[in-house]
Amino acid sequence: MTSTVTVSACDREAVPIEIGGMTIALRSHDRSFLRHLSDRYAGFVGSVGRANFEFDIDLYEPSEPPAADDGLKVTVEKGDWLLRRGDFRARWDPNARRGFIRQAKNPYACDSLLRIVHTLILAKQGGFLVHAASAIRGDKAFIFSGVSGAGKTTISRLAPPDATLLTDEISYVRREGDRYLAFGTPFAGELGRPGENRSAPIAGFFLLAKGPENRIEPVHHTEGIQRLLRNILFFADDPALIELVFQSACEFASSVPIKRLVFFPDQRVWDLIR
Amino acid sequence: MAKKYIARGSAVAARMLGGEMMVMSTADSTFFTLNDVGSVIWQAADGRTPLSEIVASKICEEFDVDQERALHGADRFVDELSQHGILLVSEQPLVNSAPPPESR
Repeated sequence: MTSTVTVSACDREAVPIEIGGMTIALRSHDRSFLRHLSDRYAGFVGSVGRANFEFDIDLYEPSEPPAADDGLKVTVEKGDWLLRRGDFRARWDPNARRGFIRQAKNPYACDSLLRIVHTLILAKQGGFLVHAASAIRGDKAFIFSGVSGAGKTTISRLAPPDATLLTDEISYVRREGDRYLAFGTPFAGELGRPGENRSAPIAGFFLLAKGPENRIEPVHHTEGIQRLLRNILFFADDPALIELVFQSACEFASSVPIKRLVFFPDQRVWDLIR
Repeated sequence: MAKKYIARGSAVAARMLGGEMMVMSTADSTFFTLNDVGSVIWQAADGRTPLSEIVASKICEEFDVDQERALHGADRFVDELSQHGILLVSEQPLVNSAPPPESR
C-alpha cells in the first residue's frame, strides 16, 4: 500500500521516514521518486509535522550502478556533517535540523543517508545500528548478530508465527533510561522485506554461529564487546564519536546478556529464544 | 640507560569492566584487553612517572616478580601499545598528555 505523501510548507513535497521513533523528512520536487520512497519505506512513513530532521533532495540520472558503503566518507566541517559517496553528496547541519543531498535517482542513496544520520544521532544517545537480525517474542526483543553469511536471514526465515520480525539485516538499538529497546527497520537483507515498525525491550543479544545442534553458550564479556563493536555500523571519521560508540557498547554489554547462539538451521532453534 | 616516560594517547577509549581494562584506538579501532599487569601500567601512565619506577613500585611489589623480568615485560607491553598510539613514550616527562584514567 502506498503511504501518503504530504505537501510541505515549501514547494517540495516530503516523505517522512520514521525509524526508531525519529522522523527524517525527505523532500523533493520529483513526485514519482517520492512515491517510490513511500513504497520502499511502507510501514515506516510517519508525519511531516513530527519530523525531527529534514533533507532536501536534488536528483540526477545515474550513469553508473550504485556504490557500496565502502567508498563512503563521513566527515565534519564547521559543525556540518559531510557525506560523500560515488552516487551522492550530502551536507547536514544537525543544529538547524536540516540537510541537503544531491544524489543519483535511486533509493540506495536514501538508504545510506538514513543509516548514517541515525548512527550519528544514536551515537550521542548511547544507541547504535548493528549488523543483526532482530525479532520480538513474548514482548521481548532478541538480537542475532553476525557478519554476512553468519545466519541472520536464516534465523529470520525460521522465526515462528508468534515472533515479530524487526529486520533480517540491520537492527536498531536505542537506550531509554536503564534499558535498551530494539526497533524495527526498513533495511532488509536477503529476506527482501522490511521489518515491522514495532519496538520492545531487549532481553538478549546473540552472536550467531552455525553448528550441528542448537545451544546457547556463554561469551566472555570482552569477546562480547569486541564482537559487538565489529558489527556496529559506524561511518564517521571522528574519534570523539568513535569513543562514544565504544562506551555505548560497554554500557550495553553491562546491561544486556551477550551469548553465542550455535544453531542448526531448523525451527527448533527458536525453542531456545524466549 | 635513559628513563622512559609513558602517557595514555589522546585518540583512545578505555573502560574497566569485570576487572579487565579494555582499550581501543579511536584512530584505527584496534582493540586490546589488558591483563592485570597491563592494567596497572595503563593506570599509572601519567607521563610523569618513569616506567622503571612504575614497575618497581607497582608491579614488582603487587605481583611478586623481580625487577629485571618485570621491566622487560613492561617494555614489550609499552612498545606494542605505542605502535598503535595507545601509549605515548618519551625520554622526557609528558606532562600534558595523559587524560585521567578510565575506571568506570
